[in-house]
Amino acid sequence: MSDADLRTPLYDAHVTAGARMVPFGGWDMPVQYPGGILAEVRAVRGAAGVFDVSHMGRVYISGPAATAFLDWALTGSAASLAVGRARYCLICNERGGVIDDTIFYRLAENSYLLIPNAGNRHRVLDWFGRIIGQRFDGGVTINDRTMQTSLLACQGPASLSLAGGLAENGLAGLRPFAWTETRLKNCGEASGAAALVGRTGYTGEDGVEILAPAAAAPAIWQALTDAGAAPCGLGARDVLRTEAGLPLHGHELDESTTPVEARLERFVDFGKDFVGRDALLRQRESGTRFTLVGLRMPGRSAPRATYALSVLGQPAGQVTSGCYSPTLDTSLGMGYVFPEFSRPGTVLELDKRGLIEEITVTSLPHYRRPRPSKARRPHRRRRHSPRPLA
Amino acid sequence: MSPNDMNPNDRSYTREHEWIIVEDAASRRAQVGITHYAQEQLGDIVYFELPRVGDSLSHLGKMGEVESVKAVSDLFSPVSGEVIEVNPGLGDQPELTNNDPFGEGWLLRVTMSDPSEIDSLLSAEEYDAYISGLH
Repeated sequence: MSDADLRTPLYDAHVTAGARMVPFGGWDMPVQYPGGILAEVRAVRGAAGVFDVSHMGRVYISGPAATAFLDWALTGSAASLAVGRARYCLICNERGGVIDDTIFYRLAENSYLLIPNAGNRHRVLDWFGRIIGQRFDGGVTINDRTMQTSLLACQGPASLSLAGGLAENGLAGLRPFAWTETRLKNCGEASGAAALVGRTGYTGEDGVEILAPAAAAPAIWQALTDAGAAPCGLGARDVLRTEAGLPLHGHELDESTTPVEARLERFVDFGKDFVGRDALLRQRESGTRFTLVGLRMPGRSAPRATYALSVLGQPAGQVTSGCYSPTLDTSLGMGYVFPEFSRPGTVLELDKRGLIEEITVTSLPHYRRPRPSKARRPHRRRRHSPRPLA
Repeated sequence: MSPNDMNPNDRSYTREHEWIIVEDAASRRAQVGITHYAQEQLGDIVYFELPRVGDSLSHLGKMGEVESVKAVSDLFSPVSGEVIEVNPGLGDQPELTNNDPFGEGWLLRVTMSDPSEIDSLLSAEEYDAYISGLH
């Protein structure tokens, strides 16, 4: 690691657990634990895994103009977001390029929490400062509490019940993209500490993210792993999000790529004015240069970021992410292609380090978690049928 | 147990983390693989791109690629020669090399064209010292 790399409150826990640490977004982070990335992915898809995501930012935004400011700075609507809810959206520049993608939570009428990516936190803070100076001077307060807090993600089909055991109020009523405030319990020395728990994540699996004071993080981590959540690193997180077709800033998104090109228009509210809206509307009318697609090929040798895509030897696009998928037992990824090659089923040539192989365009996501089957829900007619005698 | 204790002294090593063991000096037959240190650095191995039987290898030349979940790395041949066998288990179970890099997870059998090339490789002791210096 370089001297500049920051450490999360869980650094010692990672090293003790035998994690391999790598620099990521200005932080020294675990890429994997001794069991390996594939086992970590299987844990999340099959039961539960826990990730230290404290490298991501915690930026509090408040003040009388907070809602107006966020409505201007974000592609998603702040005004229509209810207190108690969270929303995924983009932060665009004037050209519609993506400065960052983020989830923001409405904490109160004039108070929000925004989670920028680790490597983009300073860029986002600078950008917000500039916009506030231009249009909202005196009406918005920004408070970056990244270093005073921690963020853990517990993800997987068992994660709600597992994390619910640590929440004094339980998590039974917590809906997707909702958050609740709770005191922690069964959490050693962190018991009694206040935490914000949101039903959000970045794995394509059900799960929660737990925001707590920095000092509480080691005890929460310990409680979750004691309860059966597998410690998971950035390697598994990358495979999981790629399977789920979730973009990663720096790969699928950057300041020269737009939400229209990335097919994220459902996270753009064109019914309000915001930075980049005009550029995105123009692009929506005139069409995009590139469009994001899923990519899939048989076998275990993966398409990887920057590999060229072609058709009959002519350039067709480029891979942005890819991996071997243990969940689907195939190789898959994402990439940008010219619109004429974006139809699912289109076969492209992949330049795999000089070796040309066929790869097929698919829709996204590659993986969608199984929903609880309807047969298991109580049937309405049951109510009228006679109750069995004890 | 430190990985340094795990490099068997019955074979020779490259700085690129391959090993070679002479199985039969008379017929110049040798077995080639990657080290425990290499598999540990790679993490979960998902795919090997290896030469075919009959392909010729050059001393410290590229002989293939190994792909882990996170990255692709080149493989280098410890000696020049000809491939006479490829580990048939690796196609379905590349993780054999994670689990047993010096045994069941071997990569190739080769006929060496110049056994003296082995003299330029590292002994287990030299390789131990070499990887200690990489941290």
